[in-house]
Amino acid sequence: MLNPISLAFKKAKNESRPALLTYTVAGDSSKKQSLEILKAISNHADILEVGVPHNTPVADGGQIQTSSYRAIKNGIKMNDIFKIVSDFKKSKNSKPVIFMGYYNMIYQYGENNFLKKCKQSGVNGLIVVDLPWPENKNFSKKCKKNLINFIQLLSPTTSNKRLKSITKDSHDMIYYISMLSTTGGKLKVSPKRILANYNKIKKISPKKNCVIGFGITEKTISNFKNTDGLVVGSQICKEITRSLSNRQNPVINVSKMVSKLKKKIS
Amino acid sequence: MKLKKRIPVIDQGDRLGFWGGKFGGNFVPETLKKPIEDLEMQFNKLKNDKNFIKERDKYFKNWIGTPTRFIKLNNLTKHVGGAQIWSKVVSDANGGAHKIYNATVHCLLAKRKGKKVIIGDTGAGYAGKMLSMAAKKFGLKCKIFMGAKDIKRQQPNVKAMKKNGADVIPVYSGSQTLVDAVSECMRYWVANCDTTAMCVGSTVGPAIFVRICGWSTSQISRELKVQLINEFGEIPKKLKLYNCVGGGSSSFGFWNEFMDYNKKQVEFIGVEAGGPSKSKRHAAPLTYGSKIGILHGAAQYVNQNSDGQIEETESISAGLDYPGISPLHCFLKDTKRARYTAASDEEALKAYQIVTKYENLRPSLEPSHAFSVAIKEAKKLSKDTIVIINSCGDAYKDRGILEKRLGKKYVKSN
Repeated sequence: MLNPISLAFKKAKNESRPALLTYTVAGDSSKKQSLEILKAISNHADILEVGVPHNTPVADGGQIQTSSYRAIKNGIKMNDIFKIVSDFKKSKNSKPVIFMGYYNMIYQYGENNFLKKCKQSGVNGLIVVDLPWPENKNFSKKCKKNLINFIQLLSPTTSNKRLKSITKDSHDMIYYISMLSTTGGKLKVSPKRILANYNKIKKISPKKNCVIGFGITEKTISNFKNTDGLVVGSQICKEITRSLSNRQNPVINVSKMVSKLKKKIS
Repeated sequence: MKLKKRIPVIDQGDRLGFWGGKFGGNFVPETLKKPIEDLEMQFNKLKNDKNFIKERDKYFKNWIGTPTRFIKLNNLTKHVGGAQIWSKVVSDANGGAHKIYNATVHCLLAKRKGKKVIIGDTGAGYAGKMLSMAAKKFGLKCKIFMGAKDIKRQQPNVKAMKKNGADVIPVYSGSQTLVDAVSECMRYWVANCDTTAMCVGSTVGPAIFVRICGWSTSQISRELKVQLINEFGEIPKKLKLYNCVGGGSSSFGFWNEFMDYNKKQVEFIGVEAGGPSKSKRHAAPLTYGSKIGILHGAAQYVNQNSDGQIEETESISAGLDYPGISPLHCFLKDTKRARYTAASDEEALKAYQIVTKYENLRPSLEPSHAFSVAIKEAKKLSKDTIVIINSCGDAYKDRGILEKRLGKKYVKSN
């Protein structure tokens, strides 16, 4: 049986489009609202990345930092985040959930405890920004045992030799970072070059689902229609910030944005 | 966990860069793996390269000005009435602090790699000032990341950086101090690592930065060893080396050459920043038993909450105001080679008053923490004990704070 993440990719492929992955920060701007946002966007997105906010993020740009600080300021705790996921998983339109965050949060919770909680609440995959290969070998094995996808990251600086080793150790999904940038950077590389790297990865590892993230927005997304999946994060976080400062409802605005994104790749 | 003899501590990490199997490492985004590996390869080769060492020593001697003085503080010794109190006046170095050694080495490495830009973080502003000086010297463009709060409280160094042609980039996130400056600097490197070299301002960050910095500041103890033998004919039988510890670069450099001595002969005492005496906040993770966590790419003892969010620190001294601590010091603590304690803001200020009253020496607020503990302990020690405090920074940068806290008479004009 396919795991829920692979199933989501398969479904998108059947509709001849890339899977749409969204990223929102748990607890942004409140526990309740971030759950509502998840419920609303899952009508359009295929896989939901849930950011676990951390206060010393070394790879996030301004938009996601703003969302993270907002969530932390509002008192979000690790257990609240698990609760948000389990509540979301009870909703009728639930989709696969991937946590994205920094290793210290897992380390303090205890790897085994963390994975147990992931399983209980329905987390399907993990992206740990600052736990690269080969440092992640043991933990990714533990994830596999618990039927949780550990998602390896690849970047333009990843050497070919590393690329081969990492994809070999990866599970069903891989994440390609489109350019040298923190999250939310402007796309500074041509889509052609990004796709060339993407195709190189697919050639080495044709069976794995490879998504592209960083710099993907309403403006750029349609350049990447022939891929397995695309991640939009900072633009959504920015929309939440914008909505809040205009006293509009972020749930409605974000939902509209994700619906538009979906149309652009359908 | 054991400290090995005859192997430099910076080279005692395992294959993945962990000291004692658990401190340090490389918790970095995938994008930084390649530039870090490149830097590791370059450094591992050059640190044993005679020509490179010659080049380093040339700049250390002619430009930084080595050796810095080793002096006896006669009046202070008399006033305290116990052990002999000496100081290694590292603030003699060009620029006024030990940060110049690491900055110079990073610029030499960057230059050899053909990089055009070098970036760095700074707390007290010394790391930034020195990097801007070295960058200017070697013809590199320079960007310095500095917390907005630190920019306000360390103006003299900010002015110096700008005078040297560096861009000073204020960081407004989080507590707006060193911890946020380091994060922002690393983020900038993630986005620009193809053209830009990064210098981490202390023995913190991914393992290679810990090693390069420790290797660079070890100049301090190399000099001291020679000076001790010149003065006493041997390494004294009872020697105590006091140093403030924030990230831990000056203390590590002050101790490194004495690592293999029995600690009964050469004792290391690290003094962390205890913060205001009335506040619960501090910057002393070793003294107050903080748990191991990951900060800026390395596993270390770090102030954090139960979830793993890094906690805000508080200290009068911007240079020590950091929630974590070098993996090297975690290793020296757990192997019991060094002893760690803390001094409060008030104690550091008092020590500054005492030192400046009796001696023609003006330690900045950072080493004033070390002076505070050294003065207290020297009182109870025998006359044949040699106490040495590393005066690793000059108080010129602190004039605003000193004037506010102690009044005008404590601020001499420069």
